[in-house]
Amino acid sequence: MLGSGFDLSPALPEAFLFVAGLALLAVAAWRERQANGFTLPLVALSFLVAALLLLGRDPTPTLAFDGHFVADGFANFVKVLILLAAAGSLLLAPAWLSDEGVERFEFPLLALFSTLGMAMMVSANSLLALYMALELHSLPLYVLAAFKRDEIRATEAGLKYFVLGALASGLLLYGCSLVYGFTGTLRFDVLASTFAGKGGAVLPLGAIVGLVFVVAGLAFKLAAVPFHMWTPDVYEGAPTPVTAFLTAAPKLAAFALLLRLLFQPFATYVDEWQQVVILVAVASMLLGAFAAIGQSNIKRLMAYSSIGHVGYALVGVAAGTGEGVHAVLVYLGIYLVMSIGTFGCILMMRRQGRYVEAIQDLAGLSRSRPLMALALALFMFSLAGIPPLAGFFGKLYVFLAAIRADLVWLAVVGVLTSVIGAFYYLRIVKIMYFDEPAESFDPLPRPGLGLVVAATAVLVAGFPLLPGPLVESAQAAARSLLGS
Amino acid sequence: MTDWPLLSLVTFLPLVGAAFILFIRGEPDIVAQNSRAVALWTALVTFLLSLLVWVHFDPAQPGFQLVERAPWLSGLGIDYHMGVDGISLWFVLLSTLLTLVCVIGSWYSVTERVKEYMVAFLVMDTLMVGVFCAIDLVLFYLFFEGILIPMYLIIGIWGGPRRIYAAFKFFLYTLAGSVLFLVALIVLYLEAGTTSIPHLLTAKIDPTVQKWLWLAMFASFAVKVPMWPFHTWLPDAHVEAPTAGSVLLAGVLLKLGGYGFLRFSLPMLPEASQFFAPLVFALSIVAIVYTSLVALAQTDMKKLIAYSSVAHMGIVTIGIFTPNALGIAGSIVQMLSHGFVSAALFMVVGVVYDRIHSRDIEAYGGLAERMPVYATVFMLFMLASVGLPGTSGFVGEILVIVGAFQHNAWVAALAATGTILGAAYMLWLYRRVVFGALVKDSLAAIRDLRPNEILAFAPLVLLALVMGVYPQFFLAPMAVSVAAVLERFSAAAGGLALR
Repeated sequence: MLGSGFDLSPALPEAFLFVAGLALLAVAAWRERQANGFTLPLVALSFLVAALLLLGRDPTPTLAFDGHFVADGFANFVKVLILLAAAGSLLLAPAWLSDEGVERFEFPLLALFSTLGMAMMVSANSLLALYMALELHSLPLYVLAAFKRDEIRATEAGLKYFVLGALASGLLLYGCSLVYGFTGTLRFDVLASTFAGKGGAVLPLGAIVGLVFVVAGLAFKLAAVPFHMWTPDVYEGAPTPVTAFLTAAPKLAAFALLLRLLFQPFATYVDEWQQVVILVAVASMLLGAFAAIGQSNIKRLMAYSSIGHVGYALVGVAAGTGEGVHAVLVYLGIYLVMSIGTFGCILMMRRQGRYVEAIQDLAGLSRSRPLMALALALFMFSLAGIPPLAGFFGKLYVFLAAIRADLVWLAVVGVLTSVIGAFYYLRIVKIMYFDEPAESFDPLPRPGLGLVVAATAVLVAGFPLLPGPLVESAQAAARSLLGS
Repeated sequence: MTDWPLLSLVTFLPLVGAAFILFIRGEPDIVAQNSRAVALWTALVTFLLSLLVWVHFDPAQPGFQLVERAPWLSGLGIDYHMGVDGISLWFVLLSTLLTLVCVIGSWYSVTERVKEYMVAFLVMDTLMVGVFCAIDLVLFYLFFEGILIPMYLIIGIWGGPRRIYAAFKFFLYTLAGSVLFLVALIVLYLEAGTTSIPHLLTAKIDPTVQKWLWLAMFASFAVKVPMWPFHTWLPDAHVEAPTAGSVLLAGVLLKLGGYGFLRFSLPMLPEASQFFAPLVFALSIVAIVYTSLVALAQTDMKKLIAYSSVAHMGIVTIGIFTPNALGIAGSIVQMLSHGFVSAALFMVVGVVYDRIHSRDIEAYGGLAERMPVYATVFMLFMLASVGLPGTSGFVGEILVIVGAFQHNAWVAALAATGTILGAAYMLWLYRRVVFGALVKDSLAAIRDLRPNEILAFAPLVLLALVMGVYPQFFLAPMAVSVAAVLERFSAAAGGLALR
């Protein structure tokens, strides 16, 4: 099954993205003025083309790059979600970019290279590929976070993100080297067969420490407690389209990497890592529920909300079963739709040419902009997990997996924190529907933003009518990951 | 016609109407008028369709009828599964009727954001009908908790001065109970391997697990009923909700708790129900006596009726856990009767509130002089609430008390005190509001019921009387289903249940 070193066909979508990126970069370097306008739609288009390339692919695992890269059903599924999320969140940006006078071709191109990194994270089949892909995904994000370089907040966000991100990379790399040192191999599949060959012998202490370091590094990327400190500041300080980008696709990529690491090489050591994941999940759910209550900036609120949602998704990981993997994938698929929609609404919060971010600015929105208020209310109820909206189904699958893995108490903690969390989502609905109207927002200059929000709102509300596509393909992906 | 997915039609037709209303555009007045018209027609057609369900329902046949089934969450074997039996049939009819009554009753009284108002009520209609038709656990939960969204908006947008507090309290209180039901639901699914309610009714579940499940479900249903001491959200929600909101809250939403006990706790967890029955009796008796006394002390009319609801629902929970045919049938009748009567009483308060903008009992007196029709309607429902023979309230109470007497004389005796106290606070309320001389200046120009208000009261008056005079009309179709619940209970509980 070992692919020859030069067979690139398993990595065709990545190769396409890479070539598209380079070509656009070259064109933009020659025709800078025009490129600022057309690069973004072309990048979004290339995401969609790459997603199409993935759709019909054979789900049997194929290796490339001397076994450091693997293309399987799991990777294909997650990559499609990542590409769609990246395209969706990128399409929110044009109005903001032109309003803020930073409509530059670097923005979409950085997003493209970051997305390429994410796709490679999903397909990483060795500790080395893991690290390289992670860095390729992170570095453009640091730049994007500071994209409005003359604004103090954005610069601070970029710098903070970079410094803490570098620290996390250090932890990750240290963990990788420990695992390599104690097991003698970088490749996941070799690790898996070595462990399986030992028949459940105790993992060497050094390898356990290494695993914990790697998980900690990934938890930083996920913004899970206790590695979440950067999240509120970066979410608030980064330009809103970047925040939208940050919440959706990178989370998915980091989760996919975590799932592959824990469920392929370390599958036999569930008991070793399960407790760590449970601890992180509980802490994230609790912090996400309580810390968001006092927020007055909606981007900051969404930061804490994302921490909470990572906690719920981790409950599925903690289950340690194929059902858990399935639940995580369903949960993330739904979450990214909700978060793109919510950030789309946040990007509509523009008053007299200036973007506003205070929750109070939404006062009485249901009268001035009824459709936007309806969409945002749908997202809020869905984030709170109230049926019949999509968010409920994510929680249903996650808790189902946890209870089946005999973690009833974890599910109880989950549902109780979701009640606490419901408070702040309800508060936003209250401000939009019950409060007296504030000044109206500016009309939308371009239809793109409205279309993305409308599409995500329809997906969130209509999910119970057609749950099949997401649920079934996530199940196939989970089976592919566990090789059953 | 029977080939049609009748239950789905009844359930989702209001949603279609709501979507129509969303797309109405134009001058504010015209939008309001058109929204009312669309809502009225949708609610009317939905009600007529639900009558068709009643026509097609065969009372002699046990089990669920008009069943629809389609794969839904296929990986888990969870289906879209709808059906009605002799118990849920009545609640479906109650929901569609009360929605229609709400639309008619608020024709003139709601002038603010009419479009959204009508959308919210039609969405409520869908969710209420859906919750009683769903015979799949997950589908049931979907509707059961989904109701919170429109109700939260109804209280929060069109409610009184403390509406925001009341809306949050209602939402979070109920949600906290519901999520434990969600956990119980998942455990039940994993224990029995199915979420289909007809299958779950025959599943055997370990008694220890049953007790945990029972408690988790109790957390949800006891809040919905509401049972003492989980009732504190109710007075707030009722007082602050707009009239039609209170009507649906009292008329249908409170019944969800009783329906839940009857549909899930009793037949699916018989041993645990047996074990916890004394707890239910104790809480219900406290509810009856305590909230009746609290009602006596109220100065706010809506609050008084809200507390009386808690007392009346106490009778219901006693009846369900007796558990014998009389008690269960009585509690269903009591729920239906409370559905018309308390809904009508909230409308009675709403009528004068729209005119005088006060709910204080003190602000009224001598209304009989200027509002004879109103006084008559009020009297009828007041007496029905008290449980006068010949009204619907009597039938439910007497059946439950006789049923409880078969089980335990003390429970019956204490439950009966509720009737006495109920008579005290209701008659006193009526005397203070309606009788006496009309001396207050503010009331001098008050006008009697409008035609639309009479139209809204008419079906409720009719039902309260028919049910009081000829209860067999309601009891006969539910007999087979009640017997089925009892049979499962006694089979599982080893005959202990029936003494």
